[in-house]
Amino acid sequence: MAEYKLTTPLSDDDIIKLKAGDKVLLSGVVYTARDAAHMRIVESIKKGEELPFDPKGQVIYYVGPSPARPGKPIGSAGPTTSYRMNPFAPILIELGQKGMIGKGKMSDEVKEACVKYKACYFASIGGAAAVVGKAVKKAEIIAYPELGPEAVRRLEVEDMPLFVCYDAHGNDLYEIAKKEWANKL
Amino acid sequence: MSEIRNVSVKDIEEAIYKLALDAAYHIPEDILEAEKKAYENEKSETAKKVLETIFENIQVSSEEEFPLCQDTGLGIIFMEVGQDVHFTDGYIIDAINNGVERAYKDGYLRKSSCHPLTRANYGNNLPAIVHTFVVPGNKVKLIFDAKGGGSESMSKVQMLKPADGRAGIVQTVVDWMIQAGPNPCPPTIVGVGIGGDFERAAVMAKHATLRHVGQPSDDPELADMEQEILTKINNSGIGPAGLGGLTTALAVHIEMQPCHIATLPLAINTACHVNRHKEIEL
Ligand code: SF4
Repeated sequence: MAEYKLTTPLSDDDIIKLKAGDKVLLSGVVYTARDAAHMRIVESIKKGEELPFDPKGQVIYYVGPSPARPGKPIGSAGPTTSYRMNPFAPILIELGQKGMIGKGKMSDEVKEACVKYKACYFASIGGAAAVVGKAVKKAEIIAYPELGPEAVRRLEVEDMPLFVCYDAHGNDLYEIAKKEWANKL
Repeated sequence: MSEIRNVSVKDIEEAIYKLALDAAYHIPEDILEAEKKAYENEKSETAKKVLETIFENIQVSSEEEFPLCQDTGLGIIFMEVGQDVHFTDGYIIDAINNGVERAYKDGYLRKSSCHPLTRANYGNNLPAIVHTFVVPGNKVKLIFDAKGGGSESMSKVQMLKPADGRAGIVQTVVDWMIQAGPNPCPPTIVGVGIGGDFERAAVMAKHATLRHVGQPSDDPELADMEQEILTKINNSGIGPAGLGGLTTALAVHIEMQPCHIATLPLAINTACHVNRHKEIEL
């Protein structure tokens, strides 16, 4: 298993070399969006409206951070459970989104979209939110401020530790890891 | 019989305020201990790395800058009220809600309560969910449980058939936790409620997650079942954060009470690896 340092936006070449199980330290801009924001973004896509950001090459982090203390860009910011974004991810991947960051399983449709359009689902450690919060250097709300923790934020991250979970070759780290460690007690 | 005792709801509000802040930033000792023990027993390198990150997270959080998890939960309160307690200075539920609201504001905790249909965020994390039990005496015991949505979503109530019996219960819990996989932020503490009725089973299951981690049930039959389920869950290979390993659950805790001759209610409530809960007696 390899370890890569990547900076957003990501290209097809960045994605193709990644294999499920690889470690990635991600830097650059990532956008936050959860359930409510995804509903609005997909609604805007259907209506042909302008989006809060152009998904091409971008990575979306499924997170609803806790409020920032004075002098800090953000509070704790670990991943939320990703399956709730199953209906939305393939739509955005088709528009050029290159990565999702979250925790937990996603659907077969998401896996297929990752293969077809060269994208990658990165797993982060749920509940390690204080540690991840520290990797965020800047944060700015760019859309839907009324959604509170669910607003869309533009984050600048440095060396955010991630695992490649679904790669662009159809592999699934959760399945591989589970098989490897089953019935070992 | 104890003497009637006045308890000011102002003291309850203050207690809830402190418990909520404490829970958000400081992991319960028993959970940290169980995680350290799991670390020693782990054979997967990745699992060890994940647990190291969890330990680092616990340390960063207790330095008061970042809550343990960004999902600081809804406030669930288990309140045991002695029947000789007389509350003064206001309405007890208002006081609990005030304590929660103030703590989530002052502590920079995330407000997660929303309208179920419009999903509009109320911005105050209210209302708290209060389970009240009347007990003998004149004391008040409060358990504050900051329950996150990820693990809560991996919970369920199922009305089994009486014929499903012990084997059916074991199978249902194990299958459910394996299906939940990485979603509820393993290593988890699995609370199981057996019997009672539909909603009592659910309350028992959640209450069971708050037991001292790994302390077996007093009932040897249940203790045996807890161990069997735990071994089966940990043989799934899911591991910490779902990235593979021997530690998918830290413990299985079962509570049980009698049920109707026609029913076998079963509830599973999953608590994640931060399992934030704190208690006090007033
Ligand atoms: S399940 Fe627990 S650790 Fe995971 S995100 Fe939710 S509150 Fe945090």
